[in-house]
Amino acid sequence: MTKTIVELQNVTKSYGTVVAVDNVSLAVSEGEFVVLLGPSGSGKTTILSMIGGFTVPTEGSITINGEDMTGTAPAFRPTVTVFQDYALFPHMTVFENVSFGLQMRKTGKAERQQRTEKSLDVVGLSGFGDRSVDQLSGGQRQRVALARAIAVEPAVLLLDEPLGALDLKIRQQMQGELVHLQNNIGATFVHVTHDQEEAMAIADNIVLINEGKIEDYGPPARVYLKPATLFAARFMGESNILSGDVESSESGFVVVNTAIGKLKVPGICEIGAKVSIAVRPEQLHPGTQTGEEIIDIGEVQVSEVTFQGTHRLCRAVPTTNQSDLSLLLRLPPEQRVKVGDVMSLYANRTQAVLLEK
Amino acid sequence: MRLLRNLPSYVYLVLALSFIYLPVVVLVLFSFQDGVLPVFPFTGPSLQWYEKMLANERLVESLMNSVVVAILSSIVTTFLGFLAAYGMARRKPRFAGGIRFVLMAPLTVSYLIIAMGMLITLNLIGIPKSLFAVGLGHVVINLPLCFAIIYSQFGDHLRNIDWAARDLGASDAQTLLRVIAPIMKPSLLASFCLSATLSWDEFIIAFLLSRFDVTLPVIIFEMLRAGLTPEVNAAGTMVFAISMLTIGVSAIFVFIAFRGKK
Repeated sequence: MTKTIVELQNVTKSYGTVVAVDNVSLAVSEGEFVVLLGPSGSGKTTILSMIGGFTVPTEGSITINGEDMTGTAPAFRPTVTVFQDYALFPHMTVFENVSFGLQMRKTGKAERQQRTEKSLDVVGLSGFGDRSVDQLSGGQRQRVALARAIAVEPAVLLLDEPLGALDLKIRQQMQGELVHLQNNIGATFVHVTHDQEEAMAIADNIVLINEGKIEDYGPPARVYLKPATLFAARFMGESNILSGDVESSESGFVVVNTAIGKLKVPGICEIGAKVSIAVRPEQLHPGTQTGEEIIDIGEVQVSEVTFQGTHRLCRAVPTTNQSDLSLLLRLPPEQRVKVGDVMSLYANRTQAVLLEK
Repeated sequence: MRLLRNLPSYVYLVLALSFIYLPVVVLVLFSFQDGVLPVFPFTGPSLQWYEKMLANERLVESLMNSVVVAILSSIVTTFLGFLAAYGMARRKPRFAGGIRFVLMAPLTVSYLIIAMGMLITLNLIGIPKSLFAVGLGHVVINLPLCFAIIYSQFGDHLRNIDWAARDLGASDAQTLLRVIAPIMKPSLLASFCLSATLSWDEFIIAFLLSRFDVTLPVIIFEMLRAGLTPEVNAAGTMVFAISMLTIGVSAIFVFIAFRGKK
């Protein structure tokens, strides 16, 4: 049982009539790498800002390290924020930036020197101390911002879209380095991003946020494979969503009447309820198979094919189509398909996810 | 050909510039007059009137007074303007528009009215007419401009920098002195120089709020009343030259401030 380090209880933040964060409760364990994921305007940055102390909740409480810190100023919290624009001090050298927090804490000169150099070393910038901030590249500035934050050894490091301004290659490299850094210093990381691939790559747990509410919370694989809500299924990568009415429900399975026929999927639901079934593109396989474990999707005709190296992304229309439904498939790259081909599809029954409409 | 076609534009340009600068040119020219009257024809050049001016103890004394009033009032104005701009930019107070209006409004009130108001008020609270009172007046008239210059340079990027400093444990004073003020240095210096120039040149408030110790523009006014001599021209030229110098320096800081913001 790990210790809870950050706890939000029924936290609400409203600006006039606009509710940015709506009754959110969340517990972050010590040493965890948590990613707050959501579209822009979902309230994820507001949550981070409330943990950091820059925004005071309208309602609810925030506990950090067992102490109520709902209205405590940022300086008196064991948290440090790394800002999206890095917020480096442009008139100071790299060394002065990184040692600023220690100086404010009146750390002795020798220790300050040593900890500053250690922080620069951890982020791979030893020897850059004398440079001025505007001589650095975007990636290097990002590292200075990280070094400045970890120099004061916060219990919780808050990262506000820290990789947002970097180009793809450096971003992917920095994702790996963030995970490495977190293992290295053992602090709790709370990271905000709108990029679900980044979230999956770095998180121990993902908190998926939409319209100020938590949609889903859990390890990346769970959130991806068994999303809790329709929004989660759509936001975490691509999904085929088949909607319909529940026809029957017994012994842990429901039968749903969809545009491509009756589908039996695991779940429990009221008869007549409107539901959706989510199936990932890579979970649809070409061919015919039978068995209790198999859902037969039926025949589809390929309408678009894009070769993407690791797979072929196809759009296919069911031949028995009664609506404008089309399915997204990820076929193996070696499988030759062309527009107009007709094939049968099946899916694994346990992989299909039943969601409320 | 092209020159010919553009001729009217050039003529206009020369006329417009002459309209603006001719009086100043005449003023400067006749400060070098070798004679007792600053009128045509120009005989010179001679530095005798500058010599005479520098031997005029009352004038030199008032010059020093002007410098002291300009520097001290500008330090106070820049400091207050900085605090106001910081508060407005950082805290985004309620009724921000209203507060900004109140801060900027003195810009539209005539110096005469401000001087009259101050005369009555200072009399009421027992502050006598003095250079101190003149300095206060200059703070009042220059604050709107200093606030506007500094406020215009408070970009959104400073918000996170301010937060970062506080997050790392800096107090209010430490954040302002060690982080915000150094970053704002160009606009603080620009604001200081502009305020100093305006104070240096200012006559009405200086005239109405001073008594025994006066500033240079007041002395020049007194000399003018006694009659035109090239010595007045020399004093005027000096005032003009120092203004231009300070404005030039301030322009350089404004340039740096705007370039830095980009």
